[in-house]
Amino acid sequence: MIARFPGRRFAGRVARHAILILTAAFALLPFVWMVSLSLKPPEEIFQADFHLWPTAFHGVENYRVALTAAPMFRFLLNGLLVCTAIFALQLLVCIPCAYALAKLRFRGRDTLFSAVLVGLLLPPQALAIPHFVMLNVFGLLDTYAALILPWAISTFGIFLLRQFFRSIPDEIIRAARLDGLGEFEIIWRIMIPMTAPALTAFGIFSVVAHWNDLFWPLIAVRREEISTPALGILLFRDDEAGQFFGPLMAGAVIIVAPLLVAFLIAQRRFIDGLAVTTMR
Amino acid sequence: MTALDQNRPRRADAKPSLAKRSGEHGLGWLAVSPALLLLIGLLFGPVAAVMLFSLTDWQLGSFTFHFIGTTNFRTLFTDPTFWKALSNTLVYAAVVVPGTVLLGLVVALLIEASPGLRGFYRAAHFLPVMSTMSAMAIVWGTMLHPTIGLVNRALGAMGISGVNWLRDERTALLALALIGIWQGFGFAMVLFVSGLKAIPQQLYDAAAVDGADGVLDRLRFVTLPMLGPVTMFVVILTATRAFEVFDSVRVLTQGGPNYASEVLLHRFYTESFDFLRMGYGAALTVVYLAIVVLLTLTQARLLERRVHYS
Repeated sequence: MIARFPGRRFAGRVARHAILILTAAFALLPFVWMVSLSLKPPEEIFQADFHLWPTAFHGVENYRVALTAAPMFRFLLNGLLVCTAIFALQLLVCIPCAYALAKLRFRGRDTLFSAVLVGLLLPPQALAIPHFVMLNVFGLLDTYAALILPWAISTFGIFLLRQFFRSIPDEIIRAARLDGLGEFEIIWRIMIPMTAPALTAFGIFSVVAHWNDLFWPLIAVRREEISTPALGILLFRDDEAGQFFGPLMAGAVIIVAPLLVAFLIAQRRFIDGLAVTTMR
Repeated sequence: MTALDQNRPRRADAKPSLAKRSGEHGLGWLAVSPALLLLIGLLFGPVAAVMLFSLTDWQLGSFTFHFIGTTNFRTLFTDPTFWKALSNTLVYAAVVVPGTVLLGLVVALLIEASPGLRGFYRAAHFLPVMSTMSAMAIVWGTMLHPTIGLVNRALGAMGISGVNWLRDERTALLALALIGIWQGFGFAMVLFVSGLKAIPQQLYDAAAVDGADGVLDRLRFVTLPMLGPVTMFVVILTATRAFEVFDSVRVLTQGGPNYASEVLLHRFYTESFDFLRMGYGAALTVVYLAIVVLLTLTQARLLERRVHYS
């Protein structure tokens, strides 16, 4: 086939690149457009003919407005804080539970695991009203706690880690116990190092989900100072300075950049992490 | 469970080292107790509460409530806005699901067809999946802007006059669906790629022996049939996500104009947290829950099948 139709093979390659460049352009266009606008002065954004690169560079000004009119770095910092706290809590709760479900024998284990599976079915948005009411009762609305606490339990994390813990042979645990290791040390010194890829995948899944989440922050907080990135950019848009496209796009770049940069640095990890975690 | 318990002493005799003298029972419960408490307090308790709320006239901040039976559901089912939101969500899914799956499949097949620029293409198509939707929806808002937007500029260059995509009743929902496809197709691509990689080379060799050695033959007789289970999985996953559409709607149209782009989750948000009609919101949650659980159960069924296949 290859030897018989070298021309056709070449044509196939060209067609492959032609189509992929087209779809890649569809995927990338909004990013290019966003950066382009973030560097332009208002009059150039509104003029009839369009240039990708600004004729009058207005980038410094736009980014300065975005950073001073809204606490952009504060949003990023809040995102970092909230995502870290959520993931730390999830690990603290999930790891011992997943270990017990995978490696310990106790009455009620199968029932508990079924409960975890049922929990996997529940869309988090469906819990918004009771979570809101509970936080209201405890006076926690509009605080960091409101952004963090509802996510302390992750049935998905328990399920994922249990699957990986199960794949570690019992002999290793038995040997560790013979060496006098306690259960805590077994988790800390054997299970966690041996399932590092699964923990990373879970971490990426969790951080990406909560960094990008708009639904819950919109319900849980009102104050700008504790807004996460996804909510922050919306507040900025509805603010006075956000009426100008240049600064607004600059703000969007600042909000979107951290995750995208992290992704470009560790692509394989991100793609595998997100794909593996959904396929499990 | 009981069988397991009866076996316990015997198993413990056989493997004395694994059955600790302190007893795994207590240890097991100690390890799962935080998770168990949170599971009840943050998941199952709240689900029960939502179902209870949906049968009462309770309002946020009030100390009393009455059971009013199915009144909330009757209000919901006689509310034309609810039906509009439901049908819009279905239309949205009917556009986004095939669009995302087809585009994701084509891109995956082409990326895996040969190694040239594979890494670049994979990263480029995956970028939208990682990006914060609320920020990118704002960007899409400017791209779809009637005068300065990229879309209408491009159409204008071809001599076509565009419309005000997000403010026009006929196009608002479709514009949101386009954004949905844009964000999701890279993820579908990645899932398809992992499906493609799982196809054993022997199948292609065997097909070649049988005379199916052209690109289209290989696609028709080996690749597509073998991708069947992954495809079903991607379809259900995309459908579940389509039913959860919220960010782009909230940021760009807020359900308008004239409810042309109102969807279930946005309706829920507006009723519950803008108008604080918690009973109505709870009833809507119950309906929403039923739909999503049904979809997810189908997905789990399919996943089980997939596992048995391999």
